[in-house]
Amino acid sequence: MADFDSELDASGLNCPLPILRAKKALAALESGQVLHIIATDPGAIKDFQAFSKQTGNELMESREEDGKFYFLIKKG
Amino acid sequence: MSEKKLAIIATKGTLDWAYPPLILGSTAAALGYEVEIFFTFYGLQLLKKDLDLKMSSLGNPAMPMPMPVPVLMQALPGMEAAMTMMMKAKMQKKGVASIDELRELCIEAEVKMIACQMTVDLFDFKPSELLDNIEYGGAATFFEFAGKSDVNLYM
Repeated sequence: MADFDSELDASGLNCPLPILRAKKALAALESGQVLHIIATDPGAIKDFQAFSKQTGNELMESREEDGKFYFLIKKG
Repeated sequence: MSEKKLAIIATKGTLDWAYPPLILGSTAAALGYEVEIFFTFYGLQLLKKDLDLKMSSLGNPAMPMPMPVPVLMQALPGMEAAMTMMMKAKMQKKGVASIDELRELCIEAEVKMIACQMTVDLFDFKPSELLDNIEYGGAATFFEFAGKSDVNLYM
């Protein structure tokens, strides 16, 4: 897994909280920095794709492991 | 990126129907939309400083119930409070945001909230009962923003 600058654990949270928390966490980063997100909401996979497309933050990685979802988003 | 705009009319004030306008409003704001929500009729309940939202299975045959409850039983005193408590407990267990939290997120994201003046007067709401950082207006006020919005939703 690539390096990241900040981490957000959104485990246990449901739509739309992972997205809203991620938005907040990204706001604290500089352009080009990477946020690592952990989520358990299965809807998060599609939602983070949609979030990235619409906000210009790049979804570098999206993977599932043992029922958890991991995302790397680079701030645009 | 040019800023898109979302206009919502929120007309319902039960615990379940409080969710759609606040979820979509806060999410759109996170996606970079400029958002305005016009609260009218029972939707004004969502603007109260002290939220006391309830829900009932009465008149709501689609509501999933842990066990079937005859309609006449659903009308008994205490049933509404029990339904509300059950729903809140279920939401908390599933990690669904509370209405207070979603509303706070909307305020943080500068979602503009407008209370319909006519229904505020109709139901004798006092501005002191409602959130401080809201505006008051009528149908024409809504259209001022809705007319240049990309998405308009009625809930």
